[in-house]
Amino acid sequence: MNMQTGMKLSVAEMALCEAYDHAVGELPGDAAVLTARDGLISEFKAGGLPTRRIEDWHYTDLKALLRTLPDRAPVASAARVEPLVEGSTVLSVENGLVAGDFSLPGVEVRALAETLADGSAAAGLSARNRDDLIGKINGAFVRGGFALDVPAGAALEKPIELQTVQNGGQTHARFPVAFGAGSTATVIERHLALGEGAAFVTTLSDVTLDDNADVTWIILQAQGVTDTHFGQVRIRLGAGSKLRLYVVNAGGKLVRQEVHVEVAGEEADFILRGINLLGGDTHNDLTFTAAHNVPHTTSSEIIRNVVFDRAHGVFQGQICVAQDAQKTDAKMSCNTLLLSDDADFSAKPELEIFADDVQCGHGATVIDIDHTQLFYLMARGIPENRARAMLVNAFVAEIVEELEDEPLVEALEAVIDRWLEKHA
Amino acid sequence: MLEIKNLHARIAEDGTEIIRGLNLTVKAGEVAAIMGPNGSGKSTLSYILSGREDYEVTEGEILYNGESILELDPSERAAKGIFLAFQYPVEIPGVATMQFLKVAMNEQRKARGEDELTTPEFMRRVKEAAAELKIEQSMLRRPLNVGFSGGEKKRAEILQMSLLEPKLCILDETDSGLDIDALKIVADGVNALRSPDRAIVVITHYQRLLDYIVPDAVHVLYKGQVIKSGDKTLAHDLEANGYADIIGDAA
Repeated sequence: MNMQTGMKLSVAEMALCEAYDHAVGELPGDAAVLTARDGLISEFKAGGLPTRRIEDWHYTDLKALLRTLPDRAPVASAARVEPLVEGSTVLSVENGLVAGDFSLPGVEVRALAETLADGSAAAGLSARNRDDLIGKINGAFVRGGFALDVPAGAALEKPIELQTVQNGGQTHARFPVAFGAGSTATVIERHLALGEGAAFVTTLSDVTLDDNADVTWIILQAQGVTDTHFGQVRIRLGAGSKLRLYVVNAGGKLVRQEVHVEVAGEEADFILRGINLLGGDTHNDLTFTAAHNVPHTTSSEIIRNVVFDRAHGVFQGQICVAQDAQKTDAKMSCNTLLLSDDADFSAKPELEIFADDVQCGHGATVIDIDHTQLFYLMARGIPENRARAMLVNAFVAEIVEELEDEPLVEALEAVIDRWLEKHA
Repeated sequence: MLEIKNLHARIAEDGTEIIRGLNLTVKAGEVAAIMGPNGSGKSTLSYILSGREDYEVTEGEILYNGESILELDPSERAAKGIFLAFQYPVEIPGVATMQFLKVAMNEQRKARGEDELTTPEFMRRVKEAAAELKIEQSMLRRPLNVGFSGGEKKRAEILQMSLLEPKLCILDETDSGLDIDALKIVADGVNALRSPDRAIVVITHYQRLLDYIVPDAVHVLYKGQVIKSGDKTLAHDLEANGYADIIGDAA
C-alpha cells in the first residue's frame, strides 16, 4: 500500500501499516473481506492513532501511549488453559489462531476464518464511526475467533469460555455471537498471556440477543504487565431480553475496553458491572455507550475501580435516550478506591436525553480506605496488609456477589484475591 | 497486668491534650470500672490502649504484663490479648461476619504460633458462643455489623470477645443503647469470661451496668486523670451524689 497521507506517521502507526502489508497476503477472506480490510487500514492511515484532541480518546491519547508494537509473530507457543469455571466448554484462540477441533453441543459454531473465507463475515468488518480505532484495527487484521449461533429456546447449562491466550506477538480475534429468542447462556470471554513477551491484542465481540434471551457475559482481561489490549463489545438487545455484562480488568499495560449497547427492543434490560484492578504503570480505559432507542427499557451500570501505584484509570460512560424512548430507567455510577498518591482516575459520565419522561442519573465518587474500618479489623488482630486487602476486596466483592451463580462468583473472587495478594 | 504511668496523650490531628498524667493499675483477675463525666477522656483511653493512630502518646508509659505496648500496632496488641469492645461497632459492607471471625481468630493464632482452626472446629465454637449470647445464625450470615440493631452490635462485640479469648478486655460504654434484657445477656457474657488470668476494664457512665458486672475496683476519671479510686461502693456514691463532690475534693 502506498503512503499517501500528508500526515507524518509515528513509529507505532508505521509499524501497524507495515504489519498489514506483510499480513494481508495470508489473512483469510474472500474479495469482499479483502476490500473491507483494505478500506479499514486506509481509514486508519488517514487518521492515525487518536490523540487527546479526539473527544472519544481524550483521556487515552494513543499517539502518546502506544509508542511501539511487538512483532506479529509470538515469542513462544501458547496452549489453552483450564477454564475459569469447571465444566465450561472452552473455545480457544491460541497465539491468534484457532487450534485443533472444537464443538459445542446444541450450538452452531464456526471458526471465524471460515466465515471470512466465504465472505459472510464481511459485513461485520466495519468501523462504528470515524474514531473507532479498535473496529478499524481489528477488522483489518482479524484472523482467529469463533462465530456462534445459539438456537432459539436453548438453555445452556454450562458456561462457554471464549479464551484468547497468547505468548507475545499480535492477536486479532473476533467473536460474533447470536442468541436466539428465549435462549439462556453464560459466556466467559477471557484474555490471558503466557510468558513475558509483550503482546498486542485486539478483540471484538458482536453480541445480539433476540427477544427474551437471557445472557450473562463476563469479560475477564488478565494479560501480562507489558501487554496492550484493545477490546470492544457491540451489543444489540431485542425486546424483553436481559444481558448482564461484567467487565473485569486484572492485567495489561495499556488497556481499552469499549462496550457499546443498542437497547433496541421494549422491556429490554441491560446491566453493566465493571471491576478495574489497576496497579503498576497500567493505563486502563473502560468506555461505554448505551443508546436507549425504544420506550420502556432499563439499564444500570456500576463501575468499581481499585487503583494502586502509578496506575491511571479512565471511565467514560454515555447514556443516550432517544426522543420516543419514554419511561427509560438508566442509572450509572463509578466509584474509585484510590490507594496511592501517584495514581489517578478520570471519570466522565454523560447523559444525553431527548425524551421527557425518563429516570436517569449518574454519580462518581473517589474514596480512600476507611480508617475507622481499618482500625476495627486491626483491633481484632488482623494485620494491616490483610485488613486492607479485606476492605479493598469488600469494595468489589459486593458487585461480584450480585451474580448469584456460586461457581462463577467463587472463580471471580479467586481472581480478585490473587490480584490483590500481588498488589496490595 | 496493666500498668499506666503518668500517661499524657493528645489528638494527633490538632494536638489537643486529652490524657494528662494518668496513673492506673489493673491486676489479673480484676474487674476495674472506669467512670467519669462526659469529656473526661474515657473513650480516648480505650482507643489509646488498643493503639488507634489518631492519638499520640507524648509522655508516660503503658505496660502490659510488664512490657511497653506503645510501639505495637492495633493488630499486634490484639494478638497479645488486648481486646476493645467498641462503643460504636463499625459496619463493614462486603465483609461477611463469619469470614471476619475466622480470619481474626486464625490471624491471632498464627501470631501466637498456633495452628489455624479447622472449619468444623471454627463452626462449632461460633455456634456455641452465639447460642450463649442468643445471637441468631441469620445475623451471622449478614455483612459485619451491617443492619444490626444497637443491641445486636453490642452482643456481636461480646461474641467476638468470647471467641478471641483475650487477656485484657476493655468494654467501652457497652451498656449504651441496651434495654434491660439485652444488658443482662451482655453482662452474663462478660461475667462468664471472668477468670484469675484475665482482667476486665469496664468503661461506663452509669452505675446500672455495675449492678450486673460487679467491679473489684472503681476509678473516677476527670480531665484525663484518675482523681479517685475505691471499691464498688464508690460507684454507688457517684450514682447518689454525682461527680461534683469528688471533683471538688480533687481540685
